[in-house]
Amino acid sequence: MWKKKKLTSDRLVFHLMIWVPLLFILIFNYVPMATGFSVAFKDYKPGLGIADSPWVGLKHFKNMFLTADAVRALRNTLIIAVMKIVGNLIVPVIFALLLNEVRVRWFKRVTQTITYLPYFLSWIILAGILTNILKTDGGLVNRAIVALGHEPVFFLGSNDTFRWTLVISDVWKNFGYNTIVYLAALTGIDPGLYEAAYMDGAGRWKQTLYVTLPGISMFVVLMTILAIGNVLNAGFDQVFNLYNVSVYETGDIIDTLVYRLGIQQQQYSFSTAVGLFKSLVSFVLIAGSNKLADRFAGYRVF
Amino acid sequence: MREYRSKGRTLFHIFNYTFISILLFTCLVPLIHILALSFSSASYTDSNLVTFFPKGFTLAAYQFVMENQMFWQSFGVTIERLAFGVPISLALTVLAAYPLSKEEKYFPQRKIYMWLFLFVMIFNAGLVPTYLLIKDLGMMDTIWALVLPTGVNVFNVVLMMNFFRGIPHEIEESALVDGARQPVILWKLYLPLAKPSIATITLFTFMNHWNSWMDGRIYMNSTSNYPLQTYLQNVLQSSDQVLLNSNNLQSILDRMAVSGQNLRAAQLFISMLPLLLIYPFLQKYFTAGLVMGSVKG
Repeated sequence: MWKKKKLTSDRLVFHLMIWVPLLFILIFNYVPMATGFSVAFKDYKPGLGIADSPWVGLKHFKNMFLTADAVRALRNTLIIAVMKIVGNLIVPVIFALLLNEVRVRWFKRVTQTITYLPYFLSWIILAGILTNILKTDGGLVNRAIVALGHEPVFFLGSNDTFRWTLVISDVWKNFGYNTIVYLAALTGIDPGLYEAAYMDGAGRWKQTLYVTLPGISMFVVLMTILAIGNVLNAGFDQVFNLYNVSVYETGDIIDTLVYRLGIQQQQYSFSTAVGLFKSLVSFVLIAGSNKLADRFAGYRVF
Repeated sequence: MREYRSKGRTLFHIFNYTFISILLFTCLVPLIHILALSFSSASYTDSNLVTFFPKGFTLAAYQFVMENQMFWQSFGVTIERLAFGVPISLALTVLAAYPLSKEEKYFPQRKIYMWLFLFVMIFNAGLVPTYLLIKDLGMMDTIWALVLPTGVNVFNVVLMMNFFRGIPHEIEESALVDGARQPVILWKLYLPLAKPSIATITLFTFMNHWNSWMDGRIYMNSTSNYPLQTYLQNVLQSSDQVLLNSNNLQSILDRMAVSGQNLRAAQLFISMLPLLLIYPFLQKYFTAGLVMGSVKG
């Protein structure tokens, strides 16, 4: 009898505990979700308040596909995000394979320490560094390019190069950190498989092809599937701190557009609608990709 | 794995070590360059003569940052947000993770709560509605706008929950038999056992607070309330002229030693410094955290 009573009081404690953080996410996540859903379908005027602003139905969503800026932002977002997904997949895998061949312990450790470093720096700091070293007049990189006898490159000011600058700098920031999961996968491969392959006369290259790659392929597939959920995230922090008016054509993404329209120009309803559209699509993609990941790799975040 | 000795193998190793060294070089060079710039005098930085070593060594840029009231003010705001934000986040993470780590028979509503938490991870409320909320709550220009909205990080909750689940069940059961109540079990048994994962989450939260700038930019109307990274962003985006004027360079002599370039470089480096100092721990715990997070519940 006493035991049962205690069980219920324990449950009460659990409820009490969890309601504290739950209150936080109800206020700071669920309330804005609800207001978002109404503001996006209204013509929100700060003077009137959300409740009294008139309903306008799908007006803002229709406008989104008629506004050149929004269509351009959607296109840029997709292009930049896909380029980043590919780069952030291929480079870490290759780097992990190469690092796995390093036999000198200290060299491996030093490499890991140094290549993880950019991951921990904010895009504010990295953008400050990048704008400095990529300057056209005498930035470090352009000095090297000029010394090799080429014309200086407008890395951050030209529509031809801006996306590549974004993608390469993003891959550069993250590649070290992204190798962690592949290095872990590589150490998980049964050494007996290499022995067996060796007995069968496979050289190092053949072993890489038939033992190592299949051994990590599961992880590669998994990371790809999970990356799909990010296809509308082109990296606000990075783009916002590196772009300027002259590269809006290739560099303006959904998130930067929402910021400019919503916070700077106070077009609350339209920018909320654009943001909501992004959230809805992302939600479907994330839910779908996690389902896929579960199906193919038995991977569960939730 | 067996080692092979062949010509091709040696060639590969030479290529491999060279290639990796080049990559290491690309990671270090930008930082070294900025460091060199920050210690160089204006005449060299402005004619782009500085590469990896300071030229015309001077501490003038650092001196200016140190005397700049705005810099210290924003540094103070960042310290303040860390002082409030990290403990609050930690407490909230534990309070959410502990009940969620219990099995259904002890906590039947676990699943419902779990989904309420997970849903915010996959559905973003959006920038503008959150901004409107903060405005309506009257939190603009207060430290709470930087601390409370990010108070619960679901990723950290899941991490912590998985760690709690890894603690052997027998420990809890024996305490229950001895008559201990849940809060006591959490405080006296689980928290001491969870020290490594608390350390990880502390570092995660510290880093997030240290690096975030966006909330400062949108929730703070007055620049005197900017946290360090927001202030830094302002500095990096303003022109040399504005930058030098706002720093009240008193004498002609100062104007000769300080330029937009070395001033920016010095501020960049100072803002990086705390992160570089805790970096050894960050690296260790982040890797550990990744492994922990992958323990399936």
